[in-house]
This record gives sequence, structure tokens and C-alpha cells, in this order.
Amino acid sequence: MTAQATDIATYNFAYLDEQTKRMIRRAILKGIAIPGYQVPFASREMPMPYGWGTGGVQVTASIIGPDDVLKVIDQGADDTTNAVSIRAFFKKVANVAVTTETAKATIIQTRHRIPEYPLTTGQVLVYQVPIPEPLRFLEPRETETRKMHALEEYGLMHVKLYEDIARHGRIATTYAYPVKVEGRYVMDPSPTPKFDNPKMHRSPALQLFGAGREKRIYALPPFTDVVSLDFEDHPFEVQTFDQPCALCAAENVYLDEVILDDHGGHMFVCSDTDHCEKRRAEGHRGHLAPETMEPAQ
Amino acid sequence: MDIATQAIEGSFADPVFDAQTVFRAVMDAMARPGTLQPLPIFARPPAPLSATAGAIALALCDNDTPLWLDPVLQAPAAVKSWLGFHTGAPLANTPADAHFALIATPAEMMALDGFSQGTQDYPDRSTTLILQVGDLVSGAPLLLEGPGIERTATIAPAQMPRHFVEQWKQNNQRFPRGIDIVLATPDGVACLPRTTRIKTMEA
Amino acid sequence: MYVAVKGGEAAIANAHALLADRRRGDRSVPALRLDQIVEQLALGVDRVMSEGSLYDRELAALAIVQARGDMIEAIFLVRAYRTTLPRFGYTKAIDTGAMLVERRVSATYKDLPGGQLLGPTFDYTHRLLDPELAAGGDVAEPLQRASEAEAMQRVSAILAREGLIEPDGDMPQDHVPGDITREPLEFPMARDIRLQALSRGDEGFLLALGYSTQRGYARNHPFVGEVRIGEVELELDVPELPFAVPLGSVRVTECQMVNQFKGSAKAPPQFTRGYGLVFGQSERKAMAMALCDRALRASEFGEDVVAAAQDEEFVISHSDNVQATGFVEHLKLPHYVDFQAELDLVRRMRAEHDARENAGKAEEKREAAE
Repeated sequence: MTAQATDIATYNFAYLDEQTKRMIRRAILKGIAIPGYQVPFASREMPMPYGWGTGGVQVTASIIGPDDVLKVIDQGADDTTNAVSIRAFFKKVANVAVTTETAKATIIQTRHRIPEYPLTTGQVLVYQVPIPEPLRFLEPRETETRKMHALEEYGLMHVKLYEDIARHGRIATTYAYPVKVEGRYVMDPSPTPKFDNPKMHRSPALQLFGAGREKRIYALPPFTDVVSLDFEDHPFEVQTFDQPCALCAAENVYLDEVILDDHGGHMFVCSDTDHCEKRRAEGHRGHLAPETMEPAQ
Repeated sequence: MDIATQAIEGSFADPVFDAQTVFRAVMDAMARPGTLQPLPIFARPPAPLSATAGAIALALCDNDTPLWLDPVLQAPAAVKSWLGFHTGAPLANTPADAHFALIATPAEMMALDGFSQGTQDYPDRSTTLILQVGDLVSGAPLLLEGPGIERTATIAPAQMPRHFVEQWKQNNQRFPRGIDIVLATPDGVACLPRTTRIKTMEA
Repeated sequence: MYVAVKGGEAAIANAHALLADRRRGDRSVPALRLDQIVEQLALGVDRVMSEGSLYDRELAALAIVQARGDMIEAIFLVRAYRTTLPRFGYTKAIDTGAMLVERRVSATYKDLPGGQLLGPTFDYTHRLLDPELAAGGDVAEPLQRASEAEAMQRVSAILAREGLIEPDGDMPQDHVPGDITREPLEFPMARDIRLQALSRGDEGFLLALGYSTQRGYARNHPFVGEVRIGEVELELDVPELPFAVPLGSVRVTECQMVNQFKGSAKAPPQFTRGYGLVFGQSERKAMAMALCDRALRASEFGEDVVAAAQDEEFVISHSDNVQATGFVEHLKLPHYVDFQAELDLVRRMRAEHDARENAGKAEEKREAAE
């Protein structure tokens, strides 16, 4: 780049200016103090589009320091394009160490999954959230949903879930399944499959949620009660899979369906790529796994 | 040292990383109530504002956050000009207007319900109190439970406000409204968010 | 044997290299210079400055080139840069009454002090493609008044003298103007906040909404009291100085819409106002904004809220094209984890449905046989 080219536009360290970070940091503290409550914040335009993780990126940029090790996943995988892009962004603007190993990360930014490997004290899980308001699809108006949260008036949500049962014989919500936090706020867990909901309950990790376009931050401190909404006669249950991972033979994990050919051939593999690779390195083999590990790339 | 010099010196040596370190300590303390998150000395504010409380103010306050100072901090001009110069935070007209309150002598402070409690719609619009305390071991022991605490935690902060346990119970009852407390000790920081419940200690 | 897809990083880098190549296009064609865009695509530059909320022609031109002429992408680039800039302060409110006017037209008076001033307008051009432009021929010097720049009284002030128009919007004495770039939006909003959001709102969206009010979806009987375009001074109050410091000037377009109002329990019969103000020269945007502003004031005047253009949450929540494009386009990101969950549910429900159907058919057969 020529000197003239660099003069025209320059960016701050870690992208956000310090005043913005302070504003976001204050919102994070309030979010932690009021678990499940959506704190409005003056979300900034980020160098990636709204809807592509700007909320999570703003939260991560505001908490990250030089000693942190960052992992970024999308759909559970470290190598999906948007995860690669966000990881590269932080490598560039914050010069921070990155990893794909869940256990080695101090901050994990995620879209749509919670890692299979149990999180530990001191780790922070940052969720990218598209629509933070769990009542939004029942009531589009912010003025109304705010009142409902204030009055703890969640009847509408129960009616909706019950209508599902009446019509389909079950609650037909498979992801972004609403939870109640510490018996008070109904919260959107972001569009993670409901399979992951139980992992949020009393997790030792701090969970932070950033919704950039909708300008909301919320949080779950460690060891916080997070209960998926249900009914006595229709208790909450997670998805189950009929077969183990085709590559690492893991059971009780979330699987992706991969199409193998034009004739309907498919297989199920771990959505959490790090978890799957670890198991294969430990010698676990699924029925479609190659005999030996492919060499590291 | 004259006031002007005092006002200009004693801020973060490295504004970006020092602010991040202090914030992370406060965040971890807020996420795990009752734990002491150690902090080295990052700021040298004029007395009686403590180094820890000063560093927290530098990390979190700016011109968007009206500040309230207790009478002991209100008195010396040096404290006000130091905070004004380094944070740009305006002084709040009343405690109820303050986003943050800095309190050097918690034992003599006004009642907790005199600060902004937020509203039912916006419970986040409440005052965060930063109390300077000597330590977390020499006061009356408090048995804590609530979000962020696996089972229970115990701290015994010195020089706490009068009738604190009773006041804190009322603070809990206002949930989701209520104030949050940051305890600034000489070695670090601990927090009592509004969700933390104090179990009465059996004698 | 199955090998998982890898190499996202390389794929992204290659895609961006291809983008750079396509952006540059045929290398035998000279590359565009920013000054060419600033000078010759000035209205595009104005739109990027206006919706990007950053008054800098050169950066807007850079964004247009970088975005290959995609205006929303260019606006996005400018916004993402703007948001990182430190805030030094807020200027005093600009005085459009003191504007150095280059164009001013009023539809409510045939003539008025200062006159009708057509200025550089597309109005009354015949929309015939001009082959001479393609040839790049010389352009004659324009004729202009000797003193081009003079302050002109605003039409709203003329109407106000008669007391027939509502007073100009007033905020309480101690009101500090909000800043949508620094504070989260909250509904219902004060008009200052709403106008800021409209001013950076998407031109096409506001145009369609403004148009809808004309077609009867909350009709508000508008007249263009005035559209004016020109330069206004920016001044900054500095606490240490006894006078305001001039910072330079910006070009803006202002539209004052005058709307008929028959009166209500809350207000006497009078004309009411709709207001539009945008960076640069964009009458379409300023006029559409003014129509929307008036529609959004419905509850102020005790009017029924019956149409989309009057619905503040609807209009303001969806007017920002950077937000809108991001969320619409995010649908192309991978969603296979959630899709898997839905696939599983639909498969199960379908199996149950088919089982019921088959059971029903078997029952019918049995009954028919009996």
C-alpha cells in the first residue's frame, strides 16, 4: 500500500474505539447482573454485515485481551467460512492467539452450537444472536414485548407451545427453543438446536449473547438455572440420533447429515469438528472413517 | 503537588490494555460473586480515592456516565478534577441520576435505595456502586448464594454500610430492579450483583 | 471414504482475489480516479455520504469504487469506517435559513422574496439519452447570477407570520439532542431521534412509503412549501472560547412539506409540517423523508394510525439498509445445524401423518368390505 493510500482511512486497535468498548463493557456487566434480561446497547456498524455475527464480534472485541486464546465456530465447525473469516478478523485487528481446541480456548465465539466438550470455569462462550427477543414471533412490537418482560407476562409463549402440541402432538420448535432463566426472564438461547439447551443450565462458563442488528446484549453467569419451557404432560426433550457419528462413533452428540451421492446416500457426522477430530486422534473409528487419520493440513 | 498536576497524572500507563485488564477483573467478579479478582496497581488517583476504585472508574466511566461521589470524595477538589480530566464523566446532580457512585466510606453512606434502581421496563438503568473497602476478611462474614456461585461463597468485607444485610434483602426483593455493588479492595475487586442472596450466617 | 471439506481460508482468499480482478475489469481501460467520481458521479457520492452518515466526498468515492458501484455496499463501507472515528464534539445546529442557496423552489407561492431558483436540476430536462456525453465533448460554461450566494427567508417563516402553520418543532429547554449512533433506539422515540433515523434511512424504502401516503395509505395532503439546496456553515462551541468556531460548510438538501390539517381535539385547523434534511443534493430523499416525518407525527395530532407509513416501530426498524441487507443476506450463511433439526422433525411428523393416513385407508377398506 502506498503512503497516500494509508492516509485516507485508518482503524483503531481491535477495531472498536475505547469509548465503544466501555459502553459495551457496561452493558455486559448489567447483563451479568440481570441474567436473561436483554440490555439495550448502542451497537456499532462492524466491518462484517449485520446478521453475520456483529453482536458476537462486538462482545468479543470488548472483552478480549492479549492473553486470551480465541476459538470461533459456526454450526459447531471451526472451518466454516464465516468462522474462518471472524477468526481471521481477530487475528488481524487484535493479534490474538487462536485455537480450534475447545479446552484450550479462553473465549469461544459461536453461531448455532455449544461445543460438545464440557466448558470449564474461566471460559467465556460468546453467542451470535440474530433475534434476541423470544417473544418476537408472537408479538412484533418492541413496546409490547418490553411490557411483557417487565410484568413477567409469558402466557402468550405457553399458549404458542401448547397450540403446537394440540396441532402436531409435540412442541414443534427444534432450535432457538425458549428457556427461563433463574425463574424470571424468558430468554432466546440463539438458534442453537434444542439439543444444546441442557448445556446452558448451570454451566461453569460465563455465557454472553450479542445481537448487533437488534442492539441487545444479555448474559448467563456461571451456575445459573436455565430451564427449557415445557408442560407436565409434555416434558422438554432433546433430539436423539439413531446412529453414532460415522467418523468417530460418538453417541449422544449432535450430528449433521452429509449427502454422499446423487442416489440418496447420506451419513451422519459430528457437527462439532474439534470433538470429532479429538476422538479420532484417540483411536475411535466410525463405520465410514478412513483406516488412518489423514495427515494434518 | 498542585491540583492541576495531580489532575493530569496517575492515569493508565497503557489505556487500551489496562482498561481491558481492569474490566475483565470486574466482569469475572460480577460473574462469580464473592470471589476476589486480583488487580495490580494501575492508577494513582489523589487520596482518598483508592487505586483500585480509581482504576475501575477509568475503565468504565466516560462522558455518558454521570458519577456520584460520597461526601468524603466530594470534598477534595483534586479527586473531582482527576476524574473529570481522565474520564470526562459529569458529576450527577443527585444519587438517583448516577450511573456509577464512588464511595470511600461505605460505613457512613446513605441508604442503598437512594440510588437509581432502574425501572421494571429497563432494570439496567440503575446505579452501580463502587465501594472502597479495606479487605474482604475482617468484616462480618456474609454467606452468599445465587447465579455465579456453584454452592455458596463467603466474604467478610470490612466497613460495609449500616444494616447491610437488611438493606440487601430489600435490594433482592426489588428484582429485576436494584443496584449492583463492586467492592474495591487494595488487592483487587469482588462484586455483589443484585441476584446474589445473603444467607444469614449462623452464629 | 469421506474427507471433510477443509480450506475455508484459502477459498476466501481466492474469492477475494477474483473480486479484485472483476472490480478492476479490463486492464486496458484506465482505472477510475476518485476525483472523477467526486466530480462526475456527485449525486451517487451524495447518497453514500447521506446514508453512510459521513460527510466526506473522497471516502464516499473510494467506497463506490471499492463496492463496484453497489450503493448499499458503499454505504456499508462508509458506516463501518465512520463508527471507529473518535467523537470530538457536536456542532451547533445548522441554520438553513442562512443557507447559501443554489436551488430553491416553492410549490405554494408563485413568486416570493429571493425568487424561484431552479439551479442544477433534472427537472424539465427531456429524458433523452445524450450521445454527446458518450463522446465526452466540451461543456459550455453556465450562466449564473452575479451574486449566486445569498441568504433567503424560508417559506415556512412566511407562513408562520400569518399564524396559519404550526410553530416549528420545539424541544424542551433542557433537551439534549439524541444521537442514534451512540444510543440504543427506544420506542416511542422523540422527533429528533426519528428524524436522524429517517435522514440515514434507505432512499428507496422512504420513497415507497412516502408514495404510499400519496396514494391514500394515510394521506396527509402535502404541498412542497420549499425545497432548498446549498451550503450551510458548521460552527462548534468550544468552552474555552467566547465565540463559536467555524469549521467549514456542508451542502445539504432541505424540504419543508406543508400539510393541510383540519384540526382535532388537540389542535386548531392549521397547516402542519413534515421535514426532510439530507447531506448533499437529493430532493427525492428529502421529500420522501418529509412525507414520512409528517405521517409519523399522526399521534401528535390525534390522527388514527392506520397505515404502514404512520407506524414508527415498523418504519424506523426497517429503514436502515445496512441492517436490512445484512440480515436478508445472512440467509446464505450455513444453517445446516438448524436445518437438520427441522429435517428430523418434519421426517417424524411426516411418518406419523402417513401412518395415520394408511390406518385410515385400511379402516375404509375394511368397512367397504363389510
